[in-house]
Amino acid sequence: MNGELALVLVATLPLVGALLTVLFGLRGGFIALAVAASISIALFVLILDVAQGGVIEIAVGGWEAPLGITLRADGLALAFLTMSALVMVAVILFAQGGFAPRTIAGKMVEKRASYAFWPLALLLWAALNAIFLSRDLFNIYVGLEMLTLAAMALVAIGGKAESIAAAMRCMMFALLGSLLYLLGVSLLYAAHGTLDIDQIFARTTTANADFVAAGLITAGLLLKTALFPFHAWLPPAHSNAPAPASAMLSALVPKASFYILLRFWFEAVPDLANQAVMWFLGGLGALAILFGSLMALRQMRLKLIIAYSTVAQIGYLFLVFPLAGGDYSAQPWATNAWSAASFHAISHGLAKAAMFLCAGLWIVAVGHDRLDGMKGLAQAMPMTTFAFVLAAMTLIGLPPSGGFTAKYLMLSAAFSAGDIIWVVILVAGGLLSAAYLYRPIAFVFERKALQTTVFVSHRLQAIPLILALAATLLGLASNIPFELLQIGRPFASSGEME
Amino acid sequence: MITSAMIFGLCGAAVIGIGLYGFVIHRNLLRRVLAFNVIGSGIFLLFGAMGYRSPILGADPVPQALIITGIVVALSATALAVALVVAYARATGQSTLPEDGAEHKTEDKADER
Amino acid sequence: MKSESVTQAKKQPDMIEPLFDLILSALILATALAAVTGRQVFRSVIFFIVYGVLIAMAWLRLGALDVALVEAAIGAGLTGVLLLGALGRLKHLGQISATSLSIWFRVAMAFSAAGVSLGISWAFITLPEPVGLQAAVNTQLTIAGVENPVTAVLLNFRAWDTLLESVVLLVALIGVWSLAQNEDWGMRAGLTTHSPSDEVLTSFAQILPPVGLLVGVYLVWAGSSQPGGAFQGGTVLAAMALLIVMAGLMAPPRVGSTAVRLIVVLGPAVFLAVALTGALSGQFLTLPPAMAKALILGIELFLMLSIAATLMLLVLGPPESKAKQ
Repeated sequence: MNGELALVLVATLPLVGALLTVLFGLRGGFIALAVAASISIALFVLILDVAQGGVIEIAVGGWEAPLGITLRADGLALAFLTMSALVMVAVILFAQGGFAPRTIAGKMVEKRASYAFWPLALLLWAALNAIFLSRDLFNIYVGLEMLTLAAMALVAIGGKAESIAAAMRCMMFALLGSLLYLLGVSLLYAAHGTLDIDQIFARTTTANADFVAAGLITAGLLLKTALFPFHAWLPPAHSNAPAPASAMLSALVPKASFYILLRFWFEAVPDLANQAVMWFLGGLGALAILFGSLMALRQMRLKLIIAYSTVAQIGYLFLVFPLAGGDYSAQPWATNAWSAASFHAISHGLAKAAMFLCAGLWIVAVGHDRLDGMKGLAQAMPMTTFAFVLAAMTLIGLPPSGGFTAKYLMLSAAFSAGDIIWVVILVAGGLLSAAYLYRPIAFVFERKALQTTVFVSHRLQAIPLILALAATLLGLASNIPFELLQIGRPFASSGEME
Repeated sequence: MITSAMIFGLCGAAVIGIGLYGFVIHRNLLRRVLAFNVIGSGIFLLFGAMGYRSPILGADPVPQALIITGIVVALSATALAVALVVAYARATGQSTLPEDGAEHKTEDKADER
Repeated sequence: MKSESVTQAKKQPDMIEPLFDLILSALILATALAAVTGRQVFRSVIFFIVYGVLIAMAWLRLGALDVALVEAAIGAGLTGVLLLGALGRLKHLGQISATSLSIWFRVAMAFSAAGVSLGISWAFITLPEPVGLQAAVNTQLTIAGVENPVTAVLLNFRAWDTLLESVVLLVALIGVWSLAQNEDWGMRAGLTTHSPSDEVLTSFAQILPPVGLLVGVYLVWAGSSQPGGAFQGGTVLAAMALLIVMAGLMAPPRVGSTAVRLIVVLGPAVFLAVALTGALSGQFLTLPPAMAKALILGIELFLMLSIAATLMLLVLGPPESKAKQ
């Protein structure tokens, strides 16, 4: 299998899997597992190929841009593709039991949620891969829509009134975001006759439409990423969904729109990235960190703490704009800041998925997710607790972990740039996340004999543990991912990881 | 020169504003879905008008193709949104979303995991 | 004398066309406003459908016949049916709450919306010289295999977009199905009601569908050289199927039926199969010029079936037994 075929498979296998699970509902879990394994193999081949031979690019149908669509696998794309694959494999393994068809009188009977979960999960994965590989702004739009619809359906899959309400609220924000994005893209096409990111970068005229388009596209993507102040839809949506769904929703979905913002501001229109815009985005990120963390401190339900944590952690991602964007892109510390954003996105994805899966297991054990009812769970389920603590370490940014590497890179960039405000924000954010994550851990470690616990198999408990370990490993062996990230990165200044 | 493209482009821009207004002021979910569709068709109209600006070359087929894709995507989203509205009304008897405070009071029960 | 009247006749088209466009635009704005601010939701939806038809007319004026067909069929037609159906369900289920917002909020929002429109208009007016892809498309049209440039873009140049789009329809359908109640799973799509069949509706439903089937297939077939295509044809078929179901001549299909799932999956599956066949030799989604037309028509016919089925099922909604009071 060569690299180009691997790229095509990574993009299309989730679609194949989804079609099969629609058709063969009773075998949904098994098909999803087989497809997940195949995609992982294809992705592995792709990573090897890119690591050895550099960026791989395909003009779909043989049509070069601007007439056709280009797909490209570079370091950044591979990083996000790997994150998605790890989380999706874990989720698919985790959900095998919970979303299996019922067996009544020896015959397998299809049920609503156990049928719908598998195609929706695979289609979510398909959308992610399509977005991460695409160089065409409209193609990205179609992928975003697929992602939004799949995510909305997954939010509501539990069937409770609260989940349906959360899905509706989610949808209103997401639909508005899509429209704004589409409007911006249409203006760019009208001004420059192309939808390709690199060709937009190479444009020779600057139209007023460029500024309006940049504003619209950014606004639309901010709505979808749930950045402060557009975060209201996220906590209810993520906390009311079943655990495997929450894991996908929190770990992966906001990363897609962030990824597009990254591509847009660093590769399509870096010339428009003036300091005001970059600091505005960074400022919103700082507010997200503070607001999300403070809200997380007030919650009494574990899943809400984890959901608000996502609101806060998304804020960290946006610090990449003031530290590596616009004028700073040629500075030596830009590499660190830019890589930090990816490290953070990936380690957060792994850790957040692990946390939601742990929460899911604890809910199975005690029947609810109220903090005060979770005392003694550390003794009852040490494996899950260990996974949760490891994941918390990544989110707080304690060494060794991927989160620590990300914070360290970001801090070093902020120091080099002399912008101490971001240092303060990063440190404050770390302290706040320690505070809101300490609370559930403290409750769980309290010594108390639990009245009734449902037994949870060790196989299930191992899954979040592996995810959390992966997040930690990202910090221990950060050189390889760091080098991989740089492949195909435009304006790569010679920064080196210390 | 007042061309068709100019007229319909501005019309599209105005329709986008009308749709945005409707989206923001209404609380009724069905009306918001309707407003969403108005915004969408306004965007498409503007997009298509922008592709019709060159009298020599004629209409640009790429925006037209993208708009067709957009209309189908918008319908998919509308269908799901409408189904959500109906499902929500069936569950609660309401056609507007409650205020945010009410969402966080219920616990996550194991049997609905 | 004669030359004068000739110049007179030439001047009139110059004046009439922009005048027509202006009047059409005014009507569009008026119906859009009525749809958005109407007091009753039912009236708003009706105005929205009218608005959709007017937009379709605007597409004709903009030289976009394919888009006009899709807008009329899907944008106005199916969307309107969806909204009306939902309205009926909501009336059946509970109250339709009215909005009561302060006048100042409305005014502020109106100004903001106007500001956005002005910003967009400014960006539009100050666009540089048009740089569309007409030339590129025309040059490659013969290699693409079809004469209709829009079909060439949809099914050849940007086929990956269209493939993803056909899957987006499927995502929506699975999502809609998943909103059924647990006990209704697998049942017939839509609300099961026992309404007396209407004579006129039944007659229409007996006469029209065969005609509709022909029209639908023709739209797909002709779409390679004239306005038309899988989406237009599929919508006509969906409309015919809905007509038959609503007239009571046929029960809505079961959501759990394998045949239904097969039809819904067939279009994207064939599309993917064609795409991946070339991938093994390094040509993802590449249509060899010699076979391009045949492949495009083949894909479109299967796509038409899936689109028809999916659109019909989307409009019917999730399986729903009559709500217990």
